[in-house]
Amino acid sequence: MAEPGTTPGGYLLVLAILMPAAGILLSFFIGGRCAERVTLYSTPFGFALACAIAFWVDQTGKPIVYAIGGLRPPLGIDLRADGISAVMLIATAMIVTAAAFYARAKFATPDGVRESRSALTFWIMLQAIWAALTIIFVGGDLFNLYVALELLTFAAVPLVCIDGRAETLAAALRYLMFALFGSISYLLGVALFYGAYGTLDISLLAQRVQATPVVWTAAALMTAGLLAKTALFPLHLWLPPAHANAPAAASAVLSGLVVKGSFFLVLRLWFYVLPALPTDKVAAVLGGLGSAAIIMGSIMALRQARLKLLIAYSTVAQIGYLFLVFPLAAGAHGWSAIGWSAGLMQVLAHAFAKAAMFFSAGVLAEALGHDQIARLGGAARVLPLTFLTIALGGLSLMGLPPSGGFNAKWLMLQASIASGQWFWTLPALGGGLLAAGYIYRILAPALSDGQISLEAQPRRSQEAIALALTIIALALGGAPQAFFDFLEIGRPIAGLP
Amino acid sequence: MTPSVLAGLVGAALVGVGLYGLIIHPHPLRKLLAFNLIGSGVFLVFGIIARRGAAAGFAFDPVPQALVITGIVVAFAASAVAVALILRLAAEAGSVTLDPEAWARPKGEDVK
Amino acid sequence: MSLLTYLDIGLALLIVGVAVSIVAAQDLFASVVSYVAYGLLLAFVWIRLYAPDVALTEAAVGGGVTGVLLITAGKRLTALKSVAPEAQPGLAFKLLIGVLATLVAGALGAVIMSLPEPPPSLAPKAAAAAAGAGAGLGNPITAVLISYRSFDTMLEKIVLILAVLGVWSVGSDKAWGHTPAPFRRSKPYAPMVFLAQMLAPIGVLIGIHIFWVGADAPGGAFQGGALLAAMWMVTMMARLVEPPRVDARWLRLALIAGPAVFFMAGLAGELVAGAFFAYPPGFAKPIILIIEAFMLVSITAALPMLVAGPPSERSEQ
Repeated sequence: MAEPGTTPGGYLLVLAILMPAAGILLSFFIGGRCAERVTLYSTPFGFALACAIAFWVDQTGKPIVYAIGGLRPPLGIDLRADGISAVMLIATAMIVTAAAFYARAKFATPDGVRESRSALTFWIMLQAIWAALTIIFVGGDLFNLYVALELLTFAAVPLVCIDGRAETLAAALRYLMFALFGSISYLLGVALFYGAYGTLDISLLAQRVQATPVVWTAAALMTAGLLAKTALFPLHLWLPPAHANAPAAASAVLSGLVVKGSFFLVLRLWFYVLPALPTDKVAAVLGGLGSAAIIMGSIMALRQARLKLLIAYSTVAQIGYLFLVFPLAAGAHGWSAIGWSAGLMQVLAHAFAKAAMFFSAGVLAEALGHDQIARLGGAARVLPLTFLTIALGGLSLMGLPPSGGFNAKWLMLQASIASGQWFWTLPALGGGLLAAGYIYRILAPALSDGQISLEAQPRRSQEAIALALTIIALALGGAPQAFFDFLEIGRPIAGLP
Repeated sequence: MTPSVLAGLVGAALVGVGLYGLIIHPHPLRKLLAFNLIGSGVFLVFGIIARRGAAAGFAFDPVPQALVITGIVVAFAASAVAVALILRLAAEAGSVTLDPEAWARPKGEDVK
Repeated sequence: MSLLTYLDIGLALLIVGVAVSIVAAQDLFASVVSYVAYGLLLAFVWIRLYAPDVALTEAAVGGGVTGVLLITAGKRLTALKSVAPEAQPGLAFKLLIGVLATLVAGALGAVIMSLPEPPPSLAPKAAAAAAGAGAGLGNPITAVLISYRSFDTMLEKIVLILAVLGVWSVGSDKAWGHTPAPFRRSKPYAPMVFLAQMLAPIGVLIGIHIFWVGADAPGGAFQGGALLAAMWMVTMMARLVEPPRVDARWLRLALIAGPAVFFMAGLAGELVAGAFFAYPPGFAKPIILIIEAFMLVSITAALPMLVAGPPSERSEQ
């Protein structure tokens, strides 16, 4: 089937990438306070672009495509936005905007100083994460996606160690090592794909791939690399120290969005490039690793003494849920769409809920001077809004209604049973119980009678931002069927010509 | 045994040697050297693919070679960032171990 | 088998041998020196693969600049006498990993041998596009980098800027705005000064030449830029010039010049050529050369800054 070239509205994809790129260059050159201003002023435009892209995809009911330079693949590079791209772009815009406004308190350039290291670094890296994620969500060429992954790594790593302490430097170095391993493995896979088929365009490859050893090796290498970047068990060791010790705004973006970027590419690889292959066993392996991550991450979260480490291990567990999408959405069955919706709903619900949790943890740490769970006695009385946010976010993480998390788990259970793979319900439900355990660990001392004093007043704006994100996570519970139909736009159905 | 077959096998061997070095050495700078070895092996794989693609009057396929040039520059940038982190870590803490146990807070109580 | 085949096999064995010595060397300095030699040997392999552009880049960036980076790193690390020695793993572990690595290498080699014949290639398409989108460039790799896959290259320039900022950001807050630590703390070493004074002008000329001919012959902005960057580093090592302050306006401008010009050309493409990052026919070659010239400036600025490291409070005389 002949692929059309640039479709109407395709230029929006380029603009969505070029805008944060321009911001990076401008911020770096002018420096000083310009970096913060450029970031903040660009957030509404970025959000508008993301909505415009979603609007076009919805209008045409097909993915929008842009051939860069007017040159089509295999020689040129395509950008392609389908239903899931648009949804992820909107979520990214919202969470990055929230992080930008949340971080104004901590990362504003101090008065009397023209330029500050941490301020310049934070604002430019935040824009770079936005640019990199945009390319990841709309990129159509595997090498272009490699460069985007590198951009994402170089933006995320300095955010982890921005405060310059030895622990954060070690965590950042570990993160960098895992990320570099991931990139090299991914690149080797790309080389083998090119050697076998002479193209790196996702849709062209999908038409040409066959189940040869070269393809399986390339897919395995790329997947291993992306799993290292997504911190799926057993390659998760870098994530807890990195996410727990980064500043709160950075942790929110790292846990909420950055790890979802590499996960998105795993989806692209298996559902868009390789649907022609018999992938049942691979899907089962990925689902198995995901289940292990759910159980192990939740148990480790129960054992943590620090709130931010608990939240970071919770991320490890929730990432496991994402990989249940592989066995539950495979193939062209009736239940595949349900599994697909479940996976994407989990991505979104977790992104918003986790970002809100890290924001709340940041407010709490500033206000109390520490984040030791054992010393949270009575904290809910002095920080009511923050603990309300934690409780509501916890609802989504546990998978209780009404929340996006509940919606995701409900769909997962439906898909498991409809597909006859009922055993996937066990880790899903077990993870929910364990999540209830670690949320209880946070809330129980906070709601008890204890005397606690504040070191500093919590900032209302930061609490409000956290609460807003949590409410979005809950609102996802009421997503209409039209939303799930939108997610299906552009998804290749395996087995069909 | 054409040069491209040989280079492909050399590339595979370099990836193996680099992988060994990456896992064996605890020192981050040695790990970084091993990464660069693996990277150069991967680029050689691109190189033999480019040579195999000789056609239409070209002695090589230009696309993989361009990808390698991009890759070399990106790999160097990654090495530079890693070196900066390693040096700063050594200056701050007097050791460059990546073992997370060493960085756990001394008073990190495990619950119950 | 001909003489060339024997040479090829000899080169292959030598490279693998040097690679093993990199991994097996006892101390860091020996390992880095082996790595520099390895980079130069790799350049020969690339020449045998009919890839002179890649050979130039590998020799300059992969072997040369990375070697300087690692040697400087090793020197600065040993200068911090407090760094504790690492515990080496046991023999059984080494044996196990050795077996694992051999299996991985073997599997990869087998997969590479099983790549399909006839090999798919984009060379015919590149040849067909040479007159049109390829702007009549004689060097097809430059056409791929700056025309067909220009988006990759522009993103890569932004990646370089992020790397520079990342390196700068690990400095301390008090040191922000100062210059990076000098390459050499002590008095300039007389033969080094002589080398810099003799070599730098010649190197600059050769670098600009390599960039200029890159449109139609092997070469280009990356290779030329790496050479120019090396010449700047040589003069900094001889302390004829000092590293610049990180908040210097001209440095920031030089660093963003390449991606900024690329960005504007890409944006303008939508207005004058019908698509972002397209070039108007007839003006393609001059535009490409202008973009490459600014890329040259950015690469020349970025590579030494990546090696120089974060700003330091102790910037001496």
